[in-house]
Amino acid sequence: MEVLMSVVIGIIFSVSIYLFLSKSIIRVILGSLLISHGVHLLLITMSGLQRGGPPLLGLEAEAYTDPLPQALVLTAIVISFGVTAFLLVMAYRTFKEHKTDNLEELRGSADE
Amino acid sequence: MTVLHWAIISPFLLAILVPFLYKYGRKIHTGWFVLLLPLALFIYFLTFLPRSSAGEVVLRTVPWVPSLGINFDLYIDGLSLLFALLITGIGTLVILYSVYYLSKTKEKLNNFYVYLLLFMGAMLGVVLSDNIIVLYVFWEITSVSSALLISYWYQREKSIYGAQKSMYITVFGGLSMLGGFSLLYTMTGTFSIREIIANIDLVTTSSLFLPAMILILFGAFTKSAQFPFHIWLPDAMEAPTPVSAYLHSATMVKAGIYLVARFTPVFGGSPEWFWIVSLTGIVTLIWGSVSAVRQKDLKSILAFSTVSQLGMIMSLLGVGSVAYYFYDGDNALYTTAILAAVFHLINHATFKGSLFMTAGIIDHETGTRDIRQLGGLMTIMPITATVSFIGLASMAGLPPFNGFLSKELFFTAMVNVTEYGIFSVETWGFILPVLAWVASIFTFLYCTILFVKTFTGRFQPEKLSVKHVHEAPFGMLVSPAILGLLVVIFGLFPNVLAYTFIEPAMQAILPGIMEPGQQFKVHIYHWHGFNLELWMTIGVIVLGAILFITMKKWSQSRFYRKERDIFNYVYDSGYDGLIKGSQLITRVQMTGRLRDYFVYMCAFIVFLIIYTMIRYDAFSINTANVSPIEPFMWFVVIAFVVSIISVPFINNRMTAVVMTGVAGYLVALMFTIFRAPDLALTQLLVETVSVILFMLVFYHLPELRKEKKKPAFKLVNLIISVAFGVMITLVSLSAFAFGSETNFTSISQYFIENSKVLAGGYNIVNVILVDFRGLDTMLEILVLAIAAIGVVSLIKLRFKGSEDV
Repeated sequence: MEVLMSVVIGIIFSVSIYLFLSKSIIRVILGSLLISHGVHLLLITMSGLQRGGPPLLGLEAEAYTDPLPQALVLTAIVISFGVTAFLLVMAYRTFKEHKTDNLEELRGSADE
Repeated sequence: MTVLHWAIISPFLLAILVPFLYKYGRKIHTGWFVLLLPLALFIYFLTFLPRSSAGEVVLRTVPWVPSLGINFDLYIDGLSLLFALLITGIGTLVILYSVYYLSKTKEKLNNFYVYLLLFMGAMLGVVLSDNIIVLYVFWEITSVSSALLISYWYQREKSIYGAQKSMYITVFGGLSMLGGFSLLYTMTGTFSIREIIANIDLVTTSSLFLPAMILILFGAFTKSAQFPFHIWLPDAMEAPTPVSAYLHSATMVKAGIYLVARFTPVFGGSPEWFWIVSLTGIVTLIWGSVSAVRQKDLKSILAFSTVSQLGMIMSLLGVGSVAYYFYDGDNALYTTAILAAVFHLINHATFKGSLFMTAGIIDHETGTRDIRQLGGLMTIMPITATVSFIGLASMAGLPPFNGFLSKELFFTAMVNVTEYGIFSVETWGFILPVLAWVASIFTFLYCTILFVKTFTGRFQPEKLSVKHVHEAPFGMLVSPAILGLLVVIFGLFPNVLAYTFIEPAMQAILPGIMEPGQQFKVHIYHWHGFNLELWMTIGVIVLGAILFITMKKWSQSRFYRKERDIFNYVYDSGYDGLIKGSQLITRVQMTGRLRDYFVYMCAFIVFLIIYTMIRYDAFSINTANVSPIEPFMWFVVIAFVVSIISVPFINNRMTAVVMTGVAGYLVALMFTIFRAPDLALTQLLVETVSVILFMLVFYHLPELRKEKKKPAFKLVNLIISVAFGVMITLVSLSAFAFGSETNFTSISQYFIENSKVLAGGYNIVNVILVDFRGLDTMLEILVLAIAAIGVVSLIKLRFKGSEDV
């Protein structure tokens, strides 16, 4: 399972990096959205998968899944959501101000 | 703090006071106040003379940074006292001269005297410091104050150019000198010059011996304008003439000489030192004297002659270092060079100072320094002409002036080289006396040109801007006259210097050569029979005279017309090339495109990590510990991969958003399968909100277009992104294998056991979030708050038309 997930995570990273290298701002933001999925899955995968029940003490399982990576990922999800929301609004404002979403055309400023 | 320390600090203190003296003492020329200090210091340093000539040394210590071994240690022996007296003595005369030279009303005297005092204090610090770090500090202050003085008339472009050039070159040398000092410290563990000399074995046996020597010599050669670093000195002539006389003839340019003399006990005796110092000196000597002949400006001629004379002293120090090879027995043969170096050092300071001052007088009274416009000044300015004649005759090496004596000693030392029988002098040693002799011919030639073109011939008032040319005022003539008088005195009675200055200085340069209690016995004779040196001098005069008589012929040649030194072109094009090259590099790498920077980053990350993995053989897969794949998992994974891979190919914004949404929900599903209910819940909510957000700005967002890119461009993107993905997979597999192989247990067992016991909660993840690791959560909330404020301000705040960021 971990090997399969590693390959999947590699694919997510490839696609995100490919999106980062494109010219459109929207694609870059989509890339950042996807790369955060890759990171979260990587965090979960690295602690080992499916080693017992959910980390809820009431379930009285023999063993529990490692709860620490889950706490870390939870924090990471919220933070990446905040950043994505901000990026999205920034892209919206950029497009409104400059009338383009092409990164090639968004270089430098007039006084440079 | 002893009196000696205050003596060195006093110029700095007075420099603080100068602006007040200038502002509130307008009626009196500021120079008069300043004059008192070097005079007092000169008298103070004279009191050390009896002790120093008795062979005693004075050491005064004040701790500065004792924990690092950096102390403000001052050390007076024959060498440093000689320099201190030169600095204060000529300093007094130069300030007296500058009082008459610089106008009280037109010039910014406060600046001038502040810089000059800074320089004087720093120079005293350089020659008296025993601690090499303190020496370095003072050394750099001399570089800075010298640059300030060169650019004193900062409205002129040439002054700025000269100051910049001298700054770059001397600071380059200063920094490499600091490197050499650091190496000396690593070898000996001390910054004190005396202790380094005492532990000389540690230095000579070290493998760092040669690097340290070369680095320190860089410092000395740049400061003393040795070939090919001499190019800053002629351009430093844009400074006011008192500055040229003081810094660029008598004191600062001798700091390198001082350094070489000071470190002769450390490095002398090695063939590298002998050859580098002597050859550099002799090449500088001949290059400077030949270049001086081509100059048409009085100060430029004097600048190149300074270069050449410094080369002469330097070559003598190099040749004299051989004395270390012959510790005992008859030292006279081998120590002659050091004797000549010290003697010529004094002589050069006297006659070159006076020559610069007379050149300044001529400039002041006629308005030009161009020898093609000058002429026939002998009858108009008789005193200046006399002083110039004395100085030039001394520089050319004519009897009975002191230059003659040191030049004879110079020839003796150079001829002696061929008899040493070490350092393979038997094959190459002959070039030293030959080059020395040829250089002396050119020295004679430019001295003759200087005198004849300026003072004899026809007076051409029509070429001059000044109407009534007359002799300089008395005050201006005092300083050059005193120096000229010293030239005559030292020439007629050279032995007054022998016991007081030269012997203690030799003792300082060559410690340990004489038996304890013994001293060098120096006696300088005017007449030593018809020996080789005398014939060499006669040859110099005859050939120099012939060259001068035939000047009309060769002055038409290209050689004579080309004034600027060839190395200036090297320097200028190097400087331009450096700027252009760095601009080019910046333009190439700083494209301003997000993509390019991202390519750099990804390529470097991939390269570094893959290289590290291959280099340390860190790649491994361990399938022993992996969990089984449930069949339905394949469907989830395939659906997920399809949704992910389709995103870059979608050109419809709606579809793209939906596809990312699908991917997000599949992630939530995976979290459920991996037994993470809280994560699944959060992921579901966050994904929903993200998609809603996308939808909200959706209307305002542009339609996605098909990317039009060149195939090569696309290929690079593809290679980089695939390489990055492969790298992540490899890292992830290796890390997992490593985690399975080592026996570190997770700390989570603690959380599982204590979640209920300590925190009273059943949901372990939530307990970790708010209890065990609550700080993370608090700051995460802060991140959300900041993002929210950011979003609001992005939407709300707008600049109106005229406003700008």
